[in-house]
Amino acid sequence: MNYAWNWSVLFQAPYLGWLGQGIAMTMMVSIAAWIIALTLGTLIGILHSGASGALRLVTGCYINVFRNVPLLLQMFLWFFVVPELLPKAAGTWLKRDLPHPEVVTAIVALGLFTASRVAVQVAAGIAAVPRGQSMAAYASGLSTLQRYKLVLLPQAFRIVVPPMTSEFLTIFKNSSIALSIGVYELTAQTQQIQSFTYQGFEAFTAATVTYMTIALIVTALMTVIERRIAIAGPLARG
Amino acid sequence: MIRIEGLSKSYGDLPVLRNCSLEVGRGEVVVICGPSGSGKSTFVKCMNGIEPVQAGRITIDGEVLPSKPAAAARIRSRVGMVFQHFELYPHLTVMENICLAQIHVLKRGRGEAEAKARALLRRVGLADKESAYPTQLSGGQQQRIAIVRALAMDPIAMLFDEPTSALDPEMIGEVLAVMLELAREGMTMIVVTHEMGFAKAAAGRIVFMDHGEIVEVAETQHFFAQPSSERARLFLSRILAH
Ligand SMILES: Nc1ncnc2c1ncn2[C@@H]1O[C@H](COP(=O)(O)OP(=O)(O)OP(=O)(O)O)[C@@H](O)[C@H]1O
Ligand SMILES: [Mg+2]
Repeated sequence: MNYAWNWSVLFQAPYLGWLGQGIAMTMMVSIAAWIIALTLGTLIGILHSGASGALRLVTGCYINVFRNVPLLLQMFLWFFVVPELLPKAAGTWLKRDLPHPEVVTAIVALGLFTASRVAVQVAAGIAAVPRGQSMAAYASGLSTLQRYKLVLLPQAFRIVVPPMTSEFLTIFKNSSIALSIGVYELTAQTQQIQSFTYQGFEAFTAATVTYMTIALIVTALMTVIERRIAIAGPLARG
Repeated sequence: MIRIEGLSKSYGDLPVLRNCSLEVGRGEVVVICGPSGSGKSTFVKCMNGIEPVQAGRITIDGEVLPSKPAAAARIRSRVGMVFQHFELYPHLTVMENICLAQIHVLKRGRGEAEAKARALLRRVGLADKESAYPTQLSGGQQQRIAIVRALAMDPIAMLFDEPTSALDPEMIGEVLAVMLELAREGMTMIVVTHEMGFAKAAAGRIVFMDHGEIVEVAETQHFFAQPSSERARLFLSRILAH
């Protein structure tokens, strides 16, 4: 292989700035999408775990649709198709007046997609709480809402932390798909550096190292959290 | 106190309770026994409305239990329930376990709830365990805490579903002792158990169930001396053999 390595391009203007902007955009998109995913996903997961027929069907539909359509396609649908389907005024507003439509769309698409995955984990976590717990809560006169809030969810939460960590890591990786609708996140910026400087290996190495660093930090943080909640109430029983 | 009339229940196509009727008076202790799968657990769960029923009427302290489980919450909070597997909340300390429903259902203040819990814990000899988590306790201790949790609600009656059958033999005594004391104090109790010693010592009447039916209701002495049904006789000979 005949490749002239030149790591210094990464530290030259404007490329260093591009990298920084890319990292900032990746973080911003991921965290904003995660807030949507966590809120909506938890809500849908709880509703889905409840016994009621109609709600279960609706939430089940959401989960199946958003989990099974590829994320890339969902991005395209939200960006190119949905504005055309809306009433004319709303569509125009989305395309013309909304600031940074590609960023907003990426956040929404990634958030809704990840919400379906979060919902599955939350519902599974609630289902993993032994049936007797629900019965004990019920027998003591707690309402359905109290039963969830005081007994089921705190236990489900402990069960769900490890899979949530991996969903959170996945959202960072999936945020790179936002480049397909023109969001200048980390991967897009490195691609741009590569096409300006022809030093693609350096740029992509930098991106790889960044993604891995974020993942390691998140994993370490979640391990600490897991240990904390384990002490605050050991769940020795299967 | 508790009147059950014509109770029938099935899970899907499987009938579990057929036309069961029973009346339990204030301060009475009734033991329910019968072979595995005969519907004993289901029967006591129906009594405080945790399980919906297809037919029948349950009256508790003069109030008819609403057929929708959600509507029965208030009545349910007045009937204590103790389960085979304790069902303490593992994410809460002993004190929090005992206070949860007191605070959220009865709307007691934390101070009042904790005082109540401490008094009851002292009575069952577990005053030093209030800040422990359930998993740090033995089965016998957990079950005594579960009884305390139910008693803290000032129940008008207590239901027990095989409270000692998940315990190691050396811990059964400590739980039965608490139950005996309760019985002597005049608590209305319905107890599903195979502990015939407890039945003889505490129960006024024995209910024998088989295949979802109440086959026999008899005075305790009568039941052990001379059960009137063949099925009860068979059951007794098997259970007393070991
Ligand atoms: N949630 C459920 N869904 C379907 N069938 C059930 C359910 N709970 C109990 N059953 C069935 O109902 C019948 C009675 O069960 P139940 O638990 O009331 O019996 P039991 O007398 O308490 O038995 P054991 O002594 O084993 O505790 C059994 O055949 C059981 O398989
Ligand atoms: Mg049973």
